[in-house]
Amino acid sequence: MDSSSTTVGMKEEEEKPHVLVVDDSLIDRKIMEKLFTNSACKVTTAESGQKALELLGQGEDKHTHMNKGPKINLVVTDYCMPGMTGYDLLRKVKESSDIKEIPVIVVSSENVPTRIEKCLEEGAQEFILKPLKQSDVKKLRCHMQFRRSIKGRLCIGA
Amino acid sequence: MDAITQLQRQFVEYTTSLYREGYLDDQFTQLQKLQDESNPDFVVEVVTLFFEDSEKLLNNLATALQQENIDYKQVDAHVHQFKGSSSSIGAQRVKNVCVVFRNYCDEKNLDGCVLCLQQAKNEYILIRNKLEALFNLEQQILQAGGSVPMMA
Repeated sequence: MDSSSTTVGMKEEEEKPHVLVVDDSLIDRKIMEKLFTNSACKVTTAESGQKALELLGQGEDKHTHMNKGPKINLVVTDYCMPGMTGYDLLRKVKESSDIKEIPVIVVSSENVPTRIEKCLEEGAQEFILKPLKQSDVKKLRCHMQFRRSIKGRLCIGA
Repeated sequence: MDAITQLQRQFVEYTTSLYREGYLDDQFTQLQKLQDESNPDFVVEVVTLFFEDSEKLLNNLATALQQENIDYKQVDAHVHQFKGSSSSIGAQRVKNVCVVFRNYCDEKNLDGCVLCLQQAKNEYILIRNKLEALFNLEQQILQAGGSVPMMA
């Protein structure tokens, strides 16, 4: 077994930006996952805001599981979800001292100006209309924070 | 013309007609572009999820509209989901019916809703049959040893 190539493989995997996709629709989760993996990102999906918070290390047991969550570089959340909406999730992320630095993108099938304003005011990096295309995802790469702390936005050309 | 070329031609003509007649929109093309060697069945997988989801939603809608006291919010929630999924795979005609359907929900117009449900069901059956025929053509091309033409 060639151990050096395994190490290189794992390192490459770790250095990809890690995106958390949150959407109650299985179809949309699957499509977004492919959009982001095609753009050389690692993707984790969550079917609800609650699950997303757990993955971000903000679940109910957050005090017992210190820093247990994987490092997420970008959250992409659907706006309309039953229970915790994408807006609620956005607020919780921005209110939390641990994870408020993580950029959050809100996606929605509805183009409602007041909704967009509300999300941007709450700290969403962007608001994008569904369905997402590959070109939308390429543009998002510059919002992703990388493991090594790079202050400000690092825009990687398509 | 050999068998492969004939099948490929059929495929192109069929696909083109689906776009021209409004059954599919650009989002379907986007899905096809996402498919690659690492995930060669991506489109079929997503579309299959759509079929499963749609049949559930259509049943839920029929049930919801048969209640004595109709919960239009619930009906709207189902239609919203159907609109979303059809939009995500490029099933344009289904999506368009859902838009009208939602308006009837807002108005709490039962007749309108019942009509839209029937239309949604019809459009769904149409697109399901057409996509199955398309995938069938793809399979025939592949089995004959050819490659499926990329639609621009």
